[in-house]
Amino acid sequence: MSKEKIANLQRRNFLKSGAALASVTLASGVTLMALSQGAAASADPNIRWGLLIDTNKCPSDCDDCVSACSNEHGWENNGLLTDPQWIRKVTLKDKQTGRENSLPIMCQHCEKPPCVDVCPTGASFKRADGIVLVDRHICIGCRYCMMACPFKARSFVHEKVEGQKSYSPRGKGTVEGCNMCVHKLDAGDGTTACVQACSASGNGAMIFGDLNDENSEISQALANYPSVELRDDLRLNLGVRYSNI
Amino acid sequence: MKRLLVLLMVAFTLVSTSTLAGDLYPDIPKATGKPHPEGNEYMRINHMDMLKHDRDTVVRQGVRDEDNSLAQCISCHVVKDEDNKPVTIKSEEHFCRVCHDFAAVKLDCFSCHNSVPTTPLQSSALYPHSNTELDGLLAYLEGVAK
Repeated sequence: MSKEKIANLQRRNFLKSGAALASVTLASGVTLMALSQGAAASADPNIRWGLLIDTNKCPSDCDDCVSACSNEHGWENNGLLTDPQWIRKVTLKDKQTGRENSLPIMCQHCEKPPCVDVCPTGASFKRADGIVLVDRHICIGCRYCMMACPFKARSFVHEKVEGQKSYSPRGKGTVEGCNMCVHKLDAGDGTTACVQACSASGNGAMIFGDLNDENSEISQALANYPSVELRDDLRLNLGVRYSNI
Repeated sequence: MKRLLVLLMVAFTLVSTSTLAGDLYPDIPKATGKPHPEGNEYMRINHMDMLKHDRDTVVRQGVRDEDNSLAQCISCHVVKDEDNKPVTIKSEEHFCRVCHDFAAVKLDCFSCHNSVPTTPLQSSALYPHSNTELDGLLAYLEGVAK
């Protein structure tokens, strides 16, 4: 990136800061580089955020993760078929043995997301840190991604929305789904609303972390205990994995 | 008689200029917070491009700069009603609507974004990196010192 371009990109920040103005007179070019690095806290391509859900620790009568997500992002589930569902509790039953499992299902943040493949406008995309998102600025609400998703993870906003959270804008006519609480991750919280709620409830069934970091709690757990991804026949390499299914 | 005529003419000119001024320029509400370093004229012409650029960097790259966000625009340019509550985009008094109604330019931001600040200090609470430039500068100076 040329020095001129950096200067242009950072022009506003640069003008805002009196300290920056003073520093430029000291050493213009190098300081501008330092400034741009300081300000550009963008999605890190070396990270891949992921979730591990232990279904043994997930009681069927608990939906704290769902309500935490709903509160965090301001979507409501009023029992209508058209209600948005960013995350939902699903019960699996083994017909042979009668064993039942309850687990939350949300966007699985595939490495090769089918929703991105089919999106005609490029609104569905994967961020550098592996989070699959909808850019609702250019989503036309065609719902191809909803058809393509093997996990039914996305939903369409049918009704007019008011009183949105400023960090989680959402509106009628666009598709939405779990965004792994990007606003929290970008703010450096390093966790999501559902995982926080799960540990607050005492169940501790969900672990969130960087799959690329060998020393992270999630990588250690994945390395030491068996886990599966849903529909592994599709070879999508999911960011969300489950154990004890 | 002549004096009366002059007086009438002056009065007429005053009335017509004031109504003309009222028609030509919308009454733009005052904002709180620091003024834009670029100046208001620059913002009037370029705010949409800046917002568009920032929306792409935020959504696509995750670069969160609180000062360039729509939420920040809204928190400084908030207009309050008689009950001291921020008015939403439904009100003609809303900062954005004052000019957009005047210029007959459709505003689509608020079909998804909230048109009032959701919490008073949400941006600083959300993004505690307000001193990134300063941090970057300090890091650089530290590096030079080493």
